[in-house]
Amino acid sequence: METDWIWGLVGGLLIGTGGAVYLLGNGRIMGASGIIGGLVDGSGWNTFWERAVFLFGVVVMPLILWPLYNVEIDTHMTSNWTVIIAAGLLVGVGTRIANGCTSGHGVCGISRFSLRGITATVFYILAGGLMLAIFRHVLGVV
Amino acid sequence: MRILLSLLAGALFGGGLFVSGMTDTTKVQGWLDVFGNWDPTLAFVMGGAIIPMFVAWRLTPGRKPLVGGEFPSLPRPELDHRLITGSVLFGMGWGLAGLCPGPAIASITYNGLGGVIFMVAMLAGMLAAPPIGRGLDRLASAT
Repeated sequence: METDWIWGLVGGLLIGTGGAVYLLGNGRIMGASGIIGGLVDGSGWNTFWERAVFLFGVVVMPLILWPLYNVEIDTHMTSNWTVIIAAGLLVGVGTRIANGCTSGHGVCGISRFSLRGITATVFYILAGGLMLAIFRHVLGVV
Repeated sequence: MRILLSLLAGALFGGGLFVSGMTDTTKVQGWLDVFGNWDPTLAFVMGGAIIPMFVAWRLTPGRKPLVGGEFPSLPRPELDHRLITGSVLFGMGWGLAGLCPGPAIASITYNGLGGVIFMVAMLAGMLAAPPIGRGLDRLASAT
């Protein structure tokens, strides 16, 4: 759609404002994989409620906005279980080893011109593009 | 206060992911698919998100977080094998499914069984990451 980029920009501004609140308010870097990952492996249990409440907000807000949104919502999620499980495992392992994902390295890192954030972003975009090129255009799986 | 701000940040993040269309896997894969029907939306989301964060970082020197304490100590600007290997693995999964951790969490209530299975696999991967990371460290120091 022609208006997609406007919604992208508006949504992006909201995401960045969330990150700004988390940084200036709580003194924390808003990284989705770090916030949930710390709950999974126990490394973030000392800030359990701060993390849990953040995740609650992430899950609930789309449900509040949903009725106001007059466009059909479809995630177009693949129904190939092998792809879903492999992708989930790769995302989980990769983000924790790299210590960040699109929000932490991407949004929070690039905005302070972090060498690590920019490098991580270049590598995950290249890897993602390459996987899609192979699995969509060569193998036709996704 | 800390909890309220956390809820506000989460709500803004989740709302932004929803509004921007980033929980739609075709938009994410559309950005990565340079050989197909390329979709630039993700660049606008990233650009939009970086603006408030850029301002926020500019406000940190000489100040303290609203709730007290200190701003996070930032890692030294050094590249290591973990950053590269981890980002490549993450990118591979991201490209395959079109989901990264934020949108996977935001869409958990409306992404069907596939979204739940992705979440379970992602959490399992996160649980497995510390030993895998240590294995990579040994591999890196051996070479």
